[in-house]
Amino acid sequence: MDQGMVHSIDQRLDQIMSIILRTGVLLAAFLVVTGGIVSLLRHNTTVMNDRNFHGEAQQLRTIPGILHQALAFQGPGLIQLGLLVLIATPVARVLFSVFGFLYEKDWTYVAVTLIVLAILSYSLFGTH
Amino acid sequence: MSSLEFTLLVGMGSLFAGFLGSLTGLGGGVVIVPLLALLFHIDIRYAIGAALVSVIATSSGAAAAYVREGYSNIRVGMFLEIATTCGALAGAALALHLRVSVISIIFGVVLIYSAITSLRQKTDPSRDLGPDKIATWLRMDSTYPTKNGLTKYHVRNVPAGFAIMFIAGILSGLLGIGSGAVKVLAMDQAMKLPFKVSTTTSNFMIGVTAAASAGIYLTRGYIDPGIAMPVMLGVLAGSLIGARVLAGAAVRTLRIVFSLVIGFLALEMIYKGFSGKI
Repeated sequence: MDQGMVHSIDQRLDQIMSIILRTGVLLAAFLVVTGGIVSLLRHNTTVMNDRNFHGEAQQLRTIPGILHQALAFQGPGLIQLGLLVLIATPVARVLFSVFGFLYEKDWTYVAVTLIVLAILSYSLFGTH
Repeated sequence: MSSLEFTLLVGMGSLFAGFLGSLTGLGGGVVIVPLLALLFHIDIRYAIGAALVSVIATSSGAAAAYVREGYSNIRVGMFLEIATTCGALAGAALALHLRVSVISIIFGVVLIYSAITSLRQKTDPSRDLGPDKIATWLRMDSTYPTKNGLTKYHVRNVPAGFAIMFIAGILSGLLGIGSGAVKVLAMDQAMKLPFKVSTTTSNFMIGVTAAASAGIYLTRGYIDPGIAMPVMLGVLAGSLIGARVLAGAAVRTLRIVFSLVIGFLALEMIYKGFSGKI
């Protein structure tokens, strides 16, 4: 493959990456806004008591718990789901990069990207 | 103060922080934590959780634009992300064990460093020292757009850059900031990347680094929806507005004022940390 060819593929990958990032941030912002409005309308925020630290309730800190709360259309659950989408956005970008480097048959960087993905997965799904 | 008042006040403060952060290039995250901790008396762990989330939002939003313009070096970014994400995990683990007062003091010191580096003149030092063995093997050398078309550059000193990036990751996970100042130090000073490439690549990496520690903060219950909601939306909106304002002569003055404000907040954080009032 000649150099020019590699460059145009790189550019196309860059564009898709840009779309992934934009969509993730917009979706996250939409969910957070919706959750915020629901919370404020129902006055069910726990904001004021939460200023002193005691850690979030169990259902707002695990992925199944957050999904459950969000599907029940609970304000805090929707906000947490939005934040989860936001955290997942860079992860999606890294995942997409794996395919990009696979497509370019750049095995060194397939390995590099998989290592980064493994560290991120540990953070999101590991037991800490 | 009602929930609505609290949300609006924190939202306005975050909007302002995001606006100034993006205009001056310091990032919104650095002022969010002192703002929440000192002004709103929110526990620093909640403040850091909210700041981390806002850092992901602004960096992803900005990276979407930079990646398309062809400045960021994706190979350099991806390779160094091994170091920053490992560091971020270590930093988040440290945050669980360190005392709040100690975190506050470290925060103050890093803030002062960020403020000072932002005031330094940014020029591309005399460079191109030629190809480097490791960088060539990792295919890091690339081109970037300049007035004279695409210009080639060589990447140097990968191990030193990697080590500094690990520290940047720790600070990011511990303090909830993008630690852009430390990232630029690694790429600009150690690895000799052109200034525009190092800043955009740093921005590209900040989201991934912050995501690594945000996962731990979330599962530990350090991310509160009521606080994170106005902070994330405010900082995101503010930084989008800031990015649209033309960078003119006023920005230099603004950067000095902003750095002074940050310096003052930093001293306050250090004082509160030592006197145990945080």
